[in-house]
Amino acid sequence: MTEYINTLFTEVYKILFLLIPVLVAVAMIVWLDRRVWAFVQKRRGPNVVGPFGLFQSLADALKYMFKEIIIPASANKIIFILAPIVTMTLALISWAVIPFSENFVLANINVGILYLFAVSSLGVYGIIMGGWASNSKYPFLGAIRSAAQMVSYEVSIGVIIINVLLCTGSLNLTDIVLAQENLWFIIPLFPMFVIFFISALAETNRPPFDLPEAEAELVAGYQTEYSGMMYAMFWLGEYANILLMCSMGSILFLGGWLSPVDIYPFTLIPAPLWFIFKILLLFILFSLVKAIVPRYRYDQLMKLGWKIFLPLSLSWVVITSSYLYYFNLLPAN
Amino acid sequence: MIIHSIFFYIFSIIAVFCAIMVTVSKNTVHSVFFLILDFITISCLFIMIGAEFIGMIMLIVYVGAVAVLFLFVVMMLNVSQQKNEWFTGEKNSHHIPVGLLIGTVIFFELIIVAGGWKYKPELLKNFSSIGIDLNTTNTHEIGKILYTDYIHLFQLSGMILLVAMIGAIVLTFRKREGIRRQSYFKQISRERKDAVELIDVENNKGVDINV
Repeated sequence: MTEYINTLFTEVYKILFLLIPVLVAVAMIVWLDRRVWAFVQKRRGPNVVGPFGLFQSLADALKYMFKEIIIPASANKIIFILAPIVTMTLALISWAVIPFSENFVLANINVGILYLFAVSSLGVYGIIMGGWASNSKYPFLGAIRSAAQMVSYEVSIGVIIINVLLCTGSLNLTDIVLAQENLWFIIPLFPMFVIFFISALAETNRPPFDLPEAEAELVAGYQTEYSGMMYAMFWLGEYANILLMCSMGSILFLGGWLSPVDIYPFTLIPAPLWFIFKILLLFILFSLVKAIVPRYRYDQLMKLGWKIFLPLSLSWVVITSSYLYYFNLLPAN
Repeated sequence: MIIHSIFFYIFSIIAVFCAIMVTVSKNTVHSVFFLILDFITISCLFIMIGAEFIGMIMLIVYVGAVAVLFLFVVMMLNVSQQKNEWFTGEKNSHHIPVGLLIGTVIFFELIIVAGGWKYKPELLKNFSSIGIDLNTTNTHEIGKILYTDYIHLFQLSGMILLVAMIGAIVLTFRKREGIRRQSYFKQISRERKDAVELIDVENNKGVDINV
């Protein structure tokens, strides 16, 4: 019995050791996003609270905590309250399989990439639940838009993952990174990386694909009726999802924790730091896109997903597999 | 293994409870949410017996795609009134015999499977003589079996799905008349000389426009 309790406590300790940095990182990343956005538009951005405005997100969180949570009278209360919890939980549980270095991973499971994909495909429920339970028109329209968008872009993300899996021969995330020791997959699969990046933008409802919360048409989409801490949870979940997509991109295409070249000054930097650098690089790209590109129209968004990305990534699967088969490069089991 | 069985019972109780709630709950959207929770717990059970690939695929396909469409249909069509009529209206007596029949058939099928599993283990061995290698991951094993022994069935099911997809598109697609569709090619290939013309307008005369 003591053995079980010991295991339980070490696991809880490990989970906290992972989750608290992730939550802090989410707060910091919100700040970074606003800063980058501001710099592109020649503004200062948040720079008052703390050095360089670093504590802005903490101040925001405090503000949200002391605000009143308003539940609409005609809302379905249980589902209304469950929705932000679901979003937040799903955004956090996927970090269990992300490898920060060869041995630094909470759960090194065989089907890691499928787990990530499954959890990110569940993310749509938080949005549908929030939109439906609010019992109001704008949230419902936003939820439907968002669900259709996420389901469509998931398909192309899945096909892109197949491309990478063909080159690694394993669903384990650690194996996927180790397979890139000689050549990061961004070089042979560059078109897939571009499509992955754009699909990730759509999957996380980031601009230019933020139609679910297009403020000019839908107020704030599925979040319209939410206030206080519940709104903050949606927000945190969204940013945690963005971080997750960035880390997925760096694992699949940028070689995870591996350093770009295996020579002296680069090997000094510990592996998890390389991983964090890559996530930050992708995230800054995300926020640059937000600052630069105008919003898509909804029918164009659907056309892009189904008529351009899906055929392109599917045909790239054929190309990759024929190339690997012809040159006998298929990863042997 | 105590922990293992505790988790097994927790998941199975949730699964059975959700399955009952799917049929019992009055609100149709709640039914669908219980169905989703049921799918999730079932995939947890799959993972517990070591079938991790099937568990994950179940999550991705059923919960991530099929149940979302269920939810859409239920939310949009407002099925809840109809469901209430089925339960409380006079029509319900028509459905009970059919339901009972199907229920009994499924019940006996389950008894046969479970009984065979318990009392005639050698019977099942004949069906599962594929020879599973426990040292490789079960993704590899499924791949090896699916793409060698069962390749024709696999291709056949793919064909059926393709036909179903084309059928659905043909049935629901309607070309609406009188709509100006956006054509990227037309937009990009438009040039200044096709679009703009400079005309000297005489005073008090106006211009003929022939588009």
